[in-house]
Amino acid sequence: MSDRASHLRRLENESIHIIREVVAECRAPVFLYSIGKDSSVLLRLMQKAFHPSTLPFPLLHIDTRWKFRAMIEFRDETVRALGLRLLVHTNEAARAEGVNPFDHGPYYTHAMKTEALKAALALHGFDAAFGGARRDEEKSRAKERIFSFRTANQEWDPKNQRPEFWRLYNGRINKGESIRVFPLSNWTELDIWQYIMLEEIPIVPLYFAAERPVVERDGSLIVPDDDRMRYHPGEQPQLRMVRFRSLGCYPLTGAVESTAATLPEIVTEMFTARTSERGNRLIDRDEKDSMEKKKREGYF
Amino acid sequence: MDGNALTDRQQPAAQTDGAAALAAYLETQRRIGTLRFLTCGSVDDGKSTLIGRLLYDTKLIFEDQLASLERDSRKHGTTGDDIDFALLVDGLEAEREQGITIDVAYRFFTTDRRRFIVADTPGHEQYTRNMATGASNAELAVVLVDARNGVLTQTRRHSFIASLMGIRHVVLAVNKIDLVGFDQARFEAIRAEYEHAVAEFGFQSLVAIPLSARYGDNVLTRSDRTPWYDGPSLLEHLETVDIGDDLALAPFRMPVQWVNRPDLDFRGFSGTIAAGTVKPGDVVAVASSGRTTTVARIVTMDGDLDEASAGDAVTLALADEIDISRGDVLAAGEAPVAMADQFQAHVVWLNESPMLQGRTYLFKLGTRTAPGSITRIRHRIDINTHEKLSATDLRVNDVAVVNLGLTLPVAFEPYAESRDLGGFIIIDRVSNATVGVGMIDYALRRATNLTWQDLDVDRAARARLKDQQPAVIWFTGLSGSGKSTIANLVERKLHAQGQHTYVLDGDNIRHGLNRDLGFTEADRVENIRRVSEAAALFVDAGLIVLVSFISPYRAERDAARERIGDGEFLEVFVDTPIEECRRRDPKGLYEKAYSGLIRNFTGVDAPYEAPLTPEIHLRTVEAVPEVLADRVIEALRGRNIIR
Repeated sequence: MSDRASHLRRLENESIHIIREVVAECRAPVFLYSIGKDSSVLLRLMQKAFHPSTLPFPLLHIDTRWKFRAMIEFRDETVRALGLRLLVHTNEAARAEGVNPFDHGPYYTHAMKTEALKAALALHGFDAAFGGARRDEEKSRAKERIFSFRTANQEWDPKNQRPEFWRLYNGRINKGESIRVFPLSNWTELDIWQYIMLEEIPIVPLYFAAERPVVERDGSLIVPDDDRMRYHPGEQPQLRMVRFRSLGCYPLTGAVESTAATLPEIVTEMFTARTSERGNRLIDRDEKDSMEKKKREGYF
Repeated sequence: MDGNALTDRQQPAAQTDGAAALAAYLETQRRIGTLRFLTCGSVDDGKSTLIGRLLYDTKLIFEDQLASLERDSRKHGTTGDDIDFALLVDGLEAEREQGITIDVAYRFFTTDRRRFIVADTPGHEQYTRNMATGASNAELAVVLVDARNGVLTQTRRHSFIASLMGIRHVVLAVNKIDLVGFDQARFEAIRAEYEHAVAEFGFQSLVAIPLSARYGDNVLTRSDRTPWYDGPSLLEHLETVDIGDDLALAPFRMPVQWVNRPDLDFRGFSGTIAAGTVKPGDVVAVASSGRTTTVARIVTMDGDLDEASAGDAVTLALADEIDISRGDVLAAGEAPVAMADQFQAHVVWLNESPMLQGRTYLFKLGTRTAPGSITRIRHRIDINTHEKLSATDLRVNDVAVVNLGLTLPVAFEPYAESRDLGGFIIIDRVSNATVGVGMIDYALRRATNLTWQDLDVDRAARARLKDQQPAVIWFTGLSGSGKSTIANLVERKLHAQGQHTYVLDGDNIRHGLNRDLGFTEADRVENIRRVSEAAALFVDAGLIVLVSFISPYRAERDAARERIGDGEFLEVFVDTPIEECRRRDPKGLYEKAYSGLIRNFTGVDAPYEAPLTPEIHLRTVEAVPEVLADRVIEALRGRNIIR
């Protein structure tokens, strides 16, 4: 970044400081890589934090097996191109039971994401996990710490978080406890897009508008990604110009109508945007305060 | 998500104007800086409403959030049919039900002149710590008062904490001015009262603004309803106030965060520059050793830099291979940073368990974490009246001026000069919780000026003469567990072998050295601290010291271990179940404790924290004292303390 006074530069510096602090203080960190745009930015910041060294920790992807195929291709290409260590974890027991996003609603998210994540962290003994969450995403996240303490049961107690002063983060934990770390806490969605543009960071092509088959369901635009899609009576995919503002499991992620097919077009669209990005995520609408409930249980 | 003015100018944006609009937008974004501020005020002053209003009026509210807000306003709101902006920012379930903000929340908004990060901090009395947290990263405080109530005790308290945390710029937002009929006299009276109340806080700028968060008067634009007010609107002031951040002009300082060593050919020191500017060729001094070298390169992934300054996260490659590790501070060669281990500091206690004088905590300052303790509470400060009060411990939300001593010298600067090198957090060694926060006022003595009296006969010489390896054997366990019995037997055996020994026994020491101490938690901590120091002197004299103390707290035993040195400290856990101790009751104490005649009795109504990994674990119900004493002797042999 050439312009040193800009607020993006300040955010970049802050994130790099946080990332380095984790590596200096924690025994076994891991990056919870979600393949989305925030993960792409975080990955770039990690490279910057350690240059000329490589990342001193692995990436972990919690694969529900319902991600867009383009996401998995992008993940594997990124790992190959940058020479990263990637661990992939799936809740195989739930998968064998046939847990899926169509029949199981909130339980699907709990089993395939929350439980899978907790199992993977315990399996590898990670004591610090980086995530790409931002405080501007959702109300309960506005109060999230940058170093978010989790009990030995990996639970988040919103009333018992460590106060954070200045740039002093307390990464000390007892056996079994862990810390979730959010270096992008102070970034906004628009900061992310500007940074991607200025830094030319590769992202999954689904973020760019294209003609895609779309099913409109409960006000959300669903893009069927394989033949496991279940259609309601009368539903017929129609080609529409859409793109995604956030990515997840394809049956649960709504697209937005857009013609923004380049980064400048996306940023232009963003600064006139009238809908918040999580509004397109069906997962957050399950119940009131759903994000806070999920966080308490151990979801990111 | 952009500034309102920008959007208004550019809408509707035709496709052909898109590129120009984007270029203008990005140019603006490149130019603008960030202001971090916090809002504080008492419970009903309308903080959340004000922030909600700022977000709403700068068009930071999305359509779906607005729909959800209108829904929530009907359900939980307190404003009738109007939108309740507070609901936009009060996040968590519990506080939505109670109608108060219980934690620090961070909000973001941007105009075409500045980007803002707002810390929304609670007004409720018991949450001083959250406000201090929000203030630590803020450059300005917006202090809200309700125009009907004027300056309250809480207003003074919040202003005091803001000042304590080093905030130099304040806005007094006289809210709900509509409810006093936009009365100028009322506003002026509140302003005068506030200026008087904070006169001693050293604020560099103080601007009072009459406003209505609910109706938007003087929030974004100046209101027609306060024609007598000729100052800026709140947003105008926030966009333009000069914070005077001249850290880049101060001497160069960088705490080393991480040593970057990808291979044998590269060794760099990564960190965030706390102050000053650095260029290749600059002479830098390592604080801990005083060694100097020059900066060879400023390495980043985007290429080497010609210069880096305060706030930049960089990696420095140096011209010479000198010993530097995490926690060291690199400083300008011509203005080296001072080292010290004794300080006067202001502290805010954050935890429900009290701060005990003499207990060892961890102090994290910059990138250095050092054990140490509050050696003296000079006085507690009443945050409402600013009176100095005496205190022997600190409770949650207490503010005090203390002396603190660390076990090793650290590079520092007074907090008034550097938040990065003068601010520290206090960490509990058992729970790892952040239990306190502090700001260094000054060093009580510079470690560099402190010289030890060099003695010709040293500890090794004394030990050689006695033909033994000095050590502390620390017996811990409940009253009546058998500590003194076993320690006595061990000493007899050592003595018979010609070893030089000494026993420090809890009961005996309490008759002399510790005669002034009782059995409160604070006194128990001090009791053990003194015994640790005495044991350390005896070890220095070359003796094998047997310490027989209940020593109920893990933290103090760990501190003793640190004081003595790991290799010379053996923790012996005399493990006897309490039922068995009670049955033995050699001094009749359990009977008295259970009948309430003695209070704070360990195991009965005071806690005992058993060792987690003692060097020697003696279960007294399994063997007679003679056998257990032999086991200690064997362990000493195994460690080459005796032959």
